[in-house]
Amino acid sequence: MKKVYGTAAEALDGLLSDGMLIAAGGFGLCGIPELLIDAIVESGIKDLTVASNNAGVDGFGLGKLLETKQIKKMMSSYVGENAEFMRQYLSGELELEFNPQGTLAERMRAGGAGIPGFYTQTGVGTQIAEGKEVKIFNGKEYILEEGIFADLAIVKAWKADTTGNAIFRKTARNFNPPAAMCGKICVMEVEEIVEPGELDPDHIHLPGIYVHRLIKGEHEKRIEQRTVRQKEAS
Amino acid sequence: MAWDRNQMAARAAQELDDGMYVNLGIGIPTLVANYVGDKDITLQSENGMLGMGPFPFEGEEDADLINAGKQTITELPRTSYFDSATSFGMIRGGKIAAAILGAMEVAENGDLANWMIPGKLVKGMGGAMDLVAGVGKVIVVMDHTNKHGDSKVLKECTLPLTGKGVVDRIITNLGVLDVVEGGLKIVECADGVTEEELRAATLATIV
Repeated sequence: MKKVYGTAAEALDGLLSDGMLIAAGGFGLCGIPELLIDAIVESGIKDLTVASNNAGVDGFGLGKLLETKQIKKMMSSYVGENAEFMRQYLSGELELEFNPQGTLAERMRAGGAGIPGFYTQTGVGTQIAEGKEVKIFNGKEYILEEGIFADLAIVKAWKADTTGNAIFRKTARNFNPPAAMCGKICVMEVEEIVEPGELDPDHIHLPGIYVHRLIKGEHEKRIEQRTVRQKEAS
Repeated sequence: MAWDRNQMAARAAQELDDGMYVNLGIGIPTLVANYVGDKDITLQSENGMLGMGPFPFEGEEDADLINAGKQTITELPRTSYFDSATSFGMIRGGKIAAAILGAMEVAENGDLANWMIPGKLVKGMGGAMDLVAGVGKVIVVMDHTNKHGDSKVLKECTLPLTGKGVVDRIITNLGVLDVVEGGLKIVECADGVTEEELRAATLATIV
């Protein structure tokens, strides 16, 4: 079974269609599948629903798919860094479903684990709870949230072997494993592909069963908030 | 006289005990890390890290290592990384001892509003709703009044809630208040602030 493809466009070939639900990994601009996003921009598919914690920034990441108006709806927890997003949302061109960050992550994890719904205390008594089933457990209120079953997952890892076993690096892991798990098909981009046996099986973060197609590429890895401290003068 | 941002952060740091795993929000709560002293505190960053270190030196920034405010940070010898579902599992599961957060409004029943102002720019709640629903203790650090001089410590919140009945303690520039049965209880007044001044700036019931 061949999982390694040459380019992002080749890896996505035959998988894309208008109106599909895509789950994307990444937090802010950290660990986003930037090459696969670019290829989806190029493909021109539209009316997409995208489940992603954030919506990129103007001109980078999912911000590119917003500029070309290929996204119909976002499912996110925080979208504050993107002016074009705000413009489209306030003018009614773009739908937005706010999800508490942990609820979004768990909805992806649950979907990937075959769990269609779960109860959580997060959001009880807030706007998020409106219209959702409430159930009492041990005297406390919980609301029903649904698992996400995405048509396609696009994620980014640091290193993978040719069978898709993947390792992430530092906080670039974030939403990538749960997003990968909830996709019917998952396409992953990495910085390095190695042969099976080169990664320690005990160190695999995401088993290759969740990864269907794989590409290696050069990543810009843009930093959103560069913060530093000064070396104290000795 | 009242506490400034750093004094509020220093007061909030007194809430933390040895061995605690803690999540700090953006703004004044971030400054709390500067005042933990010798206490053995592990900071959680909800994007998937325990054991958050300080900002990197110039030239040592790593695009793969950021905090929940998307700022570049560093790791410590004790650091561990994990995915977002695991991160919020430990938050929802009550493993994080305390969260210190900013707020727009707090009500006497512990209701918290800190994520949106209707009709204004809506950025999203991020992880705030999960944190206040899940962690052991929720400590709010904020100015007692807004820029118009109106109290932010209210009988009822007017803004959409982040959580219902979730706040345990409020630390403001004017003092410290606990959420108790029937209203708020004054724990202490800030340096140079009288109880009368604290009461006058508070719309919530003080018991």
